[in-house]
Amino acid sequence: MIIIDCPYCGPRDHAEFTYVGDAARTRPAEDASQATWFDYVYLRDNPRGPHLEYWQHSSGCRAMVKVLRDTSSHRVLACGLPADQLEAEQLEAGHLEAGQ
Amino acid sequence: MSAQDRRLPQGGEVDRSTPMRFRFDDRDYQGLAGDTLASALLANDVRLVGRSFKYHRPRGIFSAGPEEPNALVELRTGARIEPNTRATTIELYDGLEAASQHRWPSLRWDVGEVNNLVSDFLPAGFYYKTFMGWPGWMFWEHFIRKAAGMGRGTLDPDPDSYDKMNAHCDVLVIGGGPAGLSAALVAGRSGARVILVEETDGFGGRLRGERETIDDKPARHWVASTLAELDGMGDVTLLRRTTAFGRYDGNVVAALERRADHLAEPPEHISRQRLWTIRARRIVLAAGGIERHIAFADNDRPGVMLAGAARTYLNRFAVQVGKIATVFANNDDGYRTALDLAAGGVEINAIVDPREHGGTWRQKAETAGIDVFAGAVVSRAHGRLGLVGVDVRDASGKNRFLASDLLAVSGGWNPNVHLTCHLGAKPVWDNALATFLPGDTGPDMRVAGSARGLAGLGTCITDGYAQARAALDDLGYSKSALPDVPVTDEPQEEPVQALWQVPGKGMRFVDYQDDVKVSDIALANREGYQSVEHLKRYTTLGMGTDQGKTANVIGLAVLAEERGLPIDKVGTTTFRPPYTPVTFGAFVGRETGLHYQPLRRSAMHDWHVANGATFVNAGHWLRPQYYLRDGESDVKADIDRAITREVTETRGGGGIVDVSTLGKIDLQGPDTAELLNRLYINGWKTLAVGKARYGLMLREDGHVWDDGTTSRLGENHYFMTTTTANAGPVMSHIEYALQVLWPDLDVKAVSVTEHWAAMAIAGPKSREALAAVLDDVDVSNDALPFMGVVECTLAGIPARVFRISFSGELAYEINVAADCGEAAWEHVMRTGAPLGILPYGTEAMGIMRIEKGHVAGPELDGRTTPADLGLGRMVSSKKPFLGAPMLTREGLTDTDRPSLVGLVPVDGKSRPRAGAVLIADPKAVPPVDKLGHVTSSAYLSPNLDHPIALGLLEGGMAREGETVWAAFPLRDEMIEVRVTGPVFLDPDGERMHG
Repeated sequence: MIIIDCPYCGPRDHAEFTYVGDAARTRPAEDASQATWFDYVYLRDNPRGPHLEYWQHSSGCRAMVKVLRDTSSHRVLACGLPADQLEAEQLEAGHLEAGQ
Repeated sequence: MSAQDRRLPQGGEVDRSTPMRFRFDDRDYQGLAGDTLASALLANDVRLVGRSFKYHRPRGIFSAGPEEPNALVELRTGARIEPNTRATTIELYDGLEAASQHRWPSLRWDVGEVNNLVSDFLPAGFYYKTFMGWPGWMFWEHFIRKAAGMGRGTLDPDPDSYDKMNAHCDVLVIGGGPAGLSAALVAGRSGARVILVEETDGFGGRLRGERETIDDKPARHWVASTLAELDGMGDVTLLRRTTAFGRYDGNVVAALERRADHLAEPPEHISRQRLWTIRARRIVLAAGGIERHIAFADNDRPGVMLAGAARTYLNRFAVQVGKIATVFANNDDGYRTALDLAAGGVEINAIVDPREHGGTWRQKAETAGIDVFAGAVVSRAHGRLGLVGVDVRDASGKNRFLASDLLAVSGGWNPNVHLTCHLGAKPVWDNALATFLPGDTGPDMRVAGSARGLAGLGTCITDGYAQARAALDDLGYSKSALPDVPVTDEPQEEPVQALWQVPGKGMRFVDYQDDVKVSDIALANREGYQSVEHLKRYTTLGMGTDQGKTANVIGLAVLAEERGLPIDKVGTTTFRPPYTPVTFGAFVGRETGLHYQPLRRSAMHDWHVANGATFVNAGHWLRPQYYLRDGESDVKADIDRAITREVTETRGGGGIVDVSTLGKIDLQGPDTAELLNRLYINGWKTLAVGKARYGLMLREDGHVWDDGTTSRLGENHYFMTTTTANAGPVMSHIEYALQVLWPDLDVKAVSVTEHWAAMAIAGPKSREALAAVLDDVDVSNDALPFMGVVECTLAGIPARVFRISFSGELAYEINVAADCGEAAWEHVMRTGAPLGILPYGTEAMGIMRIEKGHVAGPELDGRTTPADLGLGRMVSSKKPFLGAPMLTREGLTDTDRPSLVGLVPVDGKSRPRAGAVLIADPKAVPPVDKLGHVTSSAYLSPNLDHPIALGLLEGGMAREGETVWAAFPLRDEMIEVRVTGPVFLDPDGERMHG
């Protein structure tokens, strides 16, 4: 059980959230190659360590919360809005090592 | 009724003024308030309480706590029967009934004991080796399980209720012994929010079974004063009878509170148990230690007991578990047992101690006149149904027999590391203490007292203070003076000397509950099962309901000896949640029966109930399936008649259906048309105000996801409907699109499914009905054309009317605020009565949409493309939309893909079943090439007078006129069907456009 810090509502139990998916990928341009689209739709990295993902506060404010979660410890490292650069901020603050 | 022969006239925590009757195996006994079932049985000199799992060996009570491997009983009767319950943790109540397990016909005369005589043929892995061949394990398993016996459960519904609790705290202290109490005291005094959980009915932990003093007074005074102070603190929650059984991510601890298990049945309105989910910032684990035994020949005889348990029964329950006792211990704690038992009137034969040299404790024993056999071991126990004596082997190898009815064994103490393992930390071997200590639990959990291998009361109290202080420092609580360290009376202890097994012939048990012996471990090692994990699975060591609390460390040590390696080179032990068994009821809580999931009813539900509706579950919704009239009952003939009536009269006159369950989303903002353009495959920029349009959505992978109509209510105001099933997912999808994909789009979306009650009037008379229902609204074809939308009132109720059709008839959908739903529906029924408007349900609706070839859930199965469904022309080539890039993939544009067709049985009466596989040759031998499948089926089209179906078929409409076969092998059905167009009725749509 993890606690997710919703930018609007504050720290809430993950039971209030619905896992949406990988937040590291970006939607390709409409005219991108089939290979690029295939990669976006089907292929996911499965990293051991920090992982960016979206959790929707579905039983709360409905916000898509970007979460940086360590898949090996299940620890939530940072939470923010979709536009936030969580990994870069964590790197800058020294909470994350480069290459992790 | 037996007397309590073994009960002392005074002392202990039992209440002699409150006797309690109980029954064990059809005999009546008496115990006292404050007893456990185990102490009450021992007070009545009941030594034989169960049979072992595999060899059916007679077994007695072995411990005084949750680690009990032997004394597992069936507790209670009827719907409350609970198998495999530990007699050592059951609080006695008046009228308790319990029965022994694993025996037939009786505990003393058990046929299964023959297994004991042939035990040489039943080594580890016997069942696998013997029964894996012909005719296979599946055949034998039934008989073997029956012989093994696991206690009986019940198939009756649980009569009790269970609750769930959520709690947050700064410091969670697990264990109410000396270390836990002192930790809670420091945390409480600092002002932190504290929860203290204690497994038993009272606080004090081991102190409840000891004669120790604190500040020169009995220890219970210290416990009472500490408790009184904690009780007075507002932010301290004390939970008795509560077991913290699991630790999970995010420093969450799950705990089971037994509110009524100490009573015959729960008082009215009190749940039996509560499952606590405790989110703690810091945990102090003060779970104490569990004593271990020593493997010598026949060490499972009733009367062989852990030394600390014998002491507990004497000191806490005032029960002498033996008259003449021998103590076998490799550590000084055994001396404490001997001295306490002697003080309690038990004759002590001797202390058998494998250690040559002793210290203060040995002097104390000798001063008290107790013989100490130094350098000696107990090599065998005698007495099949109860201990009569033991063989003691001295250093020179000579054996002597000591008549005894109690052997108190102590092989040392294991820190209770169970909860430290749950997040993956591995216990670490400590050679000096000859035990496993907690591994790295991280900063969120600190371990205090004997749970981390500390010995001595004063030391444990001090450690409780220190660990709590460290946790508070982490949390930033200001430093305050630590409580004084109380004065305790503790002689210096000499170190333990590891002793795991005593060589000798006979069964030397390591794991009582699973009947695992030293020889089984040796055999496993010889056969190559040298890893601890293999050993456990091959021998079942530690796999019982006690999770090997007394057995795991000995088993590991014996394996190490067999392999000639130090213990830390062989492996470690681990534990998984739950610490002790938890009933499923606690996890279920109140979420059972109708409360299993939310139930959604439309605003018109009561009307449907009052008018003969039979309901069907559609997700969480209840929807009318059909309406029975007076004189009709829920039998097939009447149901068919009702459904046929609803279809016929709707197509012939007019019908009304509740469509409130459709998903509804209100969209506003200047970019809404652009959003719709990107979500749907068709174009939306040309939709005029006051018009509706059908739309189809794809998933990003190009497959059809959902459909529905969206109407333009104003310049920047749209109203979307989705299928009932996808109401939630489509809403989330739009939110994802607006927040993540295209945050630049200026659109606000809100789900209004619950806000609007919706009903559809269909049929040739629907226009006439609508005109009568609405307040002065021109509903002519010119004023309200097909796909037109008008906002108006209905008996004064604001309404939106959409001219859209699912049935293929001239039809209108009316939406009103949910609060007005019932009134509006009743108004329509009243006003429409002269026109013969009747309500219809989902069955009639389904038949009518199949007659029209309209796709629904069975066709939108996540594997179809717009072209597969005959909707290829809707795909816009002028704009990008979600799913477009992947829709052009080779596999999705293949013209041989199965596509939508109509299917009619050649014999005019057989009904092809939804899910039937379409094949070319009914006589072909499987595997058969599949041409497609039947997606939707109507038992009868009242308008065509024969069954009809929709299907997805390779080649699709190119096969029109051909016949194929609908095979449903599970029911041995093979029906020849002719391929037709998917629109069976009014293909030009004259009815709905009229």
